[in-house]
Amino acid sequence: MRVFSTICVSHMRLAWRGGHSGLAVAFLFIAVTLLPFGLGPELKLLRALAPGLLWVVLVMTVLVTLDRLFQEDFEDGTLDQLIGLSLPLELSVLAKLCGHYLAVIVPLLIGVPLAGLLLNIAPGHLPGLVLALLVGTPALVLLGGIGAALAVSVRRGGLLTVLLTLPFYVPVMIFGAAASGAALDGAPDMTRLAIVGLISLAGVLLAPPAIAAALRAAIR
Amino acid sequence: MGFDGLVCWRGLLPVFDNLSGDVKAGGALALYGANGSGKTSLLRIMAGLLPPDAGTCSVPQAAGQIHYLGHADGLKAAFSVAEMLAVWAGLYAAAPFDAASLLAELGLAGRGPQKIGDLSAGQKRRLTLARLIIAPRPLWLLDEPLTALDRQGRALVHEMAQAHLAAQGMIIAASHEPLDFATDTLSLDKQAEAR
Repeated sequence: MRVFSTICVSHMRLAWRGGHSGLAVAFLFIAVTLLPFGLGPELKLLRALAPGLLWVVLVMTVLVTLDRLFQEDFEDGTLDQLIGLSLPLELSVLAKLCGHYLAVIVPLLIGVPLAGLLLNIAPGHLPGLVLALLVGTPALVLLGGIGAALAVSVRRGGLLTVLLTLPFYVPVMIFGAAASGAALDGAPDMTRLAIVGLISLAGVLLAPPAIAAALRAAIR
Repeated sequence: MGFDGLVCWRGLLPVFDNLSGDVKAGGALALYGANGSGKTSLLRIMAGLLPPDAGTCSVPQAAGQIHYLGHADGLKAAFSVAEMLAVWAGLYAAAPFDAASLLAELGLAGRGPQKIGDLSAGQKRRLTLARLIIAPRPLWLLDEPLTALDRQGRALVHEMAQAHLAAQGMIIAASHEPLDFATDTLSLDKQAEAR
């Protein structure tokens, strides 16, 4: 437990100090403020598109942060040290993903309600939207971690990570955006939320072994 | 504890073939050899980071048995020296220790609050040695332990190694320079000539 929390907390501190948390939130807001310029000042149109747009922007933001996940540890030899620990690499990986979620994704989720207001979503509908994102973002980070680990030995592999990861995001996007859309029409769609939640939960179990295997192969 | 008949390929070229050696408790094996003769590959095989292409390696690869000090040192430029020590203490679940006296021992007295990014190469190397002290482990795998160190730094490495051996520890170290603490040597150059 001490090892797990050490890895998690040190990843969070590095993310904060490197400014990744702030940059990700800034990226989210810049993207959201740009959207009305592209779509025109039609408020009804903006509101209708808002849930899908927010999901797309959030997915893009998560993707941008992914190459930070293991790249540095791979280059500076930290991965070599993680392998010889009393904690299995799978759990060390999970600790890093937890740190990434807390340091980078949680600030994004805090910024989402404000971004939603910019897209003309009524304040009363925001909790349902945030709930859907809260359920879906763990899946985004876990699946993205697989892509980041596979591309870790490629220098400047950010684009490759995006290519590897995006196909896995499709189910999360479909059900997550649909659940968010339903939240704006009244009651949240529990079935779709449950499916997204299931993907997140399955990711917690299945992603760490895949990531650990990819990292072990990368350091050879 | 040792290795027998190890074979290693990198890409399409063999690095070494049928390499054997062993280390007893309290012994230190020095690996000498030209660049590319496979010193680092051998150490990484023993650390369990690189699977050998053939041969066996009876190194205890269970967790908490091996310290591998390689070229990449795992130091984070954004952390201060004291923070890095605290992170290592957590990672290795180490017993509490006095950071100030540890730093003094390593010749880094008073550097606790300094950012690692501001340290010199030699100071960073000294700091990585702290891992060996924070978490006692029986087998040390050292890759070029003397690189970037000044005369006092080299003396420090020798001193630490002697103390480790006296406590029945084991060391396998790759180096281009003679290591005084070595009780046995293995040259990887003969390998290359035989091929």
